[in-house]
Amino acid sequence: MEGPTRGKTERISRLMLGVAGILGLTVGLGSFTFYYGQGTAYLSQNPEACINCHIMQEQFDSWIKSSHHSVATCNSCHLPKGAITKWISKADNGFFHSWAFTFRNHPDPIRIKPRNARIAQNNCVYCHSEFVHETFPERQDGAVGCVHCHKDAGHAAWR
Amino acid sequence: MPPGADANRPPSNAPASHASAGAASSRLLVMVFLGGVVAASLIAALLVSIGERKGETEHPYQLLVAVDDQTTDPAAWGVNWPSQYESYLRTTDWQRTRYGGSDAIPVQKLNASPWLRAMWSGYAFSLDYRESRGHAFTLHDQDHTQRVLQREQPGACLHCHAAIMPLYEYVGEGDIMEGFRQVSAMPWEEARNYTDASGNPLVQHPVSCMDCHTPNTMELRVTRPGFLVGIAALKEHEEGIVGYDPNRDATRQEMRTFVCAQCHVEYYFEPEDKMVTFPWAQGIRVEEQEAYYDAIGFSDWTHAATGGGMIKAQHPEFELWSQGTHAAAGVACSDCHMPYQREGAQKVSDHHVRSPLLNLNRSCQTCHAVSEEELFERVATVQDRTEALIQRASTALVDLIETLAAARALGAGDDELGEAIQMQRSAQWRLDWIYSEGSHGFHAPQESARILAEAMDMARRGETMVVELYAGRLDRDAVDIMPPFGVTPDSLAPTREGPAVPGTPPVRGGG
Repeated sequence: MEGPTRGKTERISRLMLGVAGILGLTVGLGSFTFYYGQGTAYLSQNPEACINCHIMQEQFDSWIKSSHHSVATCNSCHLPKGAITKWISKADNGFFHSWAFTFRNHPDPIRIKPRNARIAQNNCVYCHSEFVHETFPERQDGAVGCVHCHKDAGHAAWR
Repeated sequence: MPPGADANRPPSNAPASHASAGAASSRLLVMVFLGGVVAASLIAALLVSIGERKGETEHPYQLLVAVDDQTTDPAAWGVNWPSQYESYLRTTDWQRTRYGGSDAIPVQKLNASPWLRAMWSGYAFSLDYRESRGHAFTLHDQDHTQRVLQREQPGACLHCHAAIMPLYEYVGEGDIMEGFRQVSAMPWEEARNYTDASGNPLVQHPVSCMDCHTPNTMELRVTRPGFLVGIAALKEHEEGIVGYDPNRDATRQEMRTFVCAQCHVEYYFEPEDKMVTFPWAQGIRVEEQEAYYDAIGFSDWTHAATGGGMIKAQHPEFELWSQGTHAAAGVACSDCHMPYQREGAQKVSDHHVRSPLLNLNRSCQTCHAVSEEELFERVATVQDRTEALIQRASTALVDLIETLAAARALGAGDDELGEAIQMQRSAQWRLDWIYSEGSHGFHAPQESARILAEAMDMARRGETMVVELYAGRLDRDAVDIMPPFGVTPDSLAPTREGPAVPGTPPVRGGG
């Protein structure tokens, strides 16, 4: 190796060192933020993960007192039952909830989105199909959902 | 590395290729570096944001200055609770709704609805009756109403128009009830300008933080003697509970109504001591309160045109609300009039107390998942219908008053007119109860319609009684039941000394 090439290689190595350092810092900072923001909680089934940011405190508090408290958690009703769709739904809601809470641009009082409403409706039927199938319309699109009347079955949505 | 695994890569010993690959690597490295900088910055921003939100939940407030039961100035509390204080300051805002709301110079309702002068003829309310304004104006507006400027009023008014507790405590030497009794009986000017031994004025601020909050813990509390006595009487009457104390026995949700019910109620000045008294010992519905007044023979004033003893309804918001669907569902005053708003991770109740129509989103949509337009229309429907019933009832009442005045002109006495005057008293009481109540029927639409229907029926029955007695002889056009524009003549005004109209019972209430 001649001098200039060798110098360049050394410069690149020093740069590599710097970049690796920056990347290390970034990954470290990211990991700590993930830990500090209780990131692992969102991979769990624990309902308390849903009140990490306190936006859904009322929903959580009233779920504690609700008829469904002993048989269903947040995830039981608000996530699809499929092994993969469940994680897609978690990622989707996780991203948009974090975004909304960080930038404080969510509607208040909060409202369920149509896709999440469909998931909840499907989960009502998932457990109660034996009981309700005779009263059910053949096609559900446009039909009144369970929570239209049973508004506070899972949790009250107020205060 | 197996041979050929990196076949496309130029030989590493070719100097020219090496140089260009090195430049590409440098550019890549710089880009990665910059990307790392941006990523680290964003992550740091997120970290700080999470930290701030966590901090907000851990420290809902910082006690920077000590406040106690003598701290009537809301600004002092505002140092510790800036969000609540800032929204309280906004009660000076003016924004109208269809049937109410604030103005810089509040609307003179006597001009907008001239029948009010006929209804209250001879009473201070026929001098000046304006649209109400926000909490921050409670003392200022009471200082300037013609009812106080032109007529003698007692210190009792301060029960709800000022942060009054230090004065009660001072005058009663620690005994709030005794202080309340003495201050209520004072002339308005004496109570309003009362100073302590070192000359510091004791009445300086309108309704303030300490009236509803325990200093330092901010727990809700009720302070007003009128309410404490009234709710105890009501609980004893309705539930047989003796010695009910809301500060000890009420739930938090009940307290979120009771703090408002300290003032937003029907009351009268007890004739002897002028103490603010809530007529709740026989229940809080309109006819139960009327029965209470009838039982003690109470009248607020003597009607200038008919000579009948009348009861002035104040503003029975708590009572009417208690008959409605929202009360039945456990919804408190504060849920709609002081809805929670988010500030970061915190919930703060909005101390800009106002009509929910000005804040439909937070007030109504927390429970009702329908559009703002639909919610507004539902309220407007109730209020428009109530207004139509009020117009009919007021026409009926004015007809009765004119008929009674025409009969008086024929020389009719109390013996002939007693029953019809009783109808005037009952009809006026019911109409006033709904008209002076703040929600224009919304707090309990069915109850409002029922009460106004009774008012109309009673007024027309009274009119029929008089017409049957004096058929063909009554000349309603010849009588003038309206006091001069904006002013009740002194000769028609109630005084403490005796009746305004000869031959009628003395007026024992205040205004």
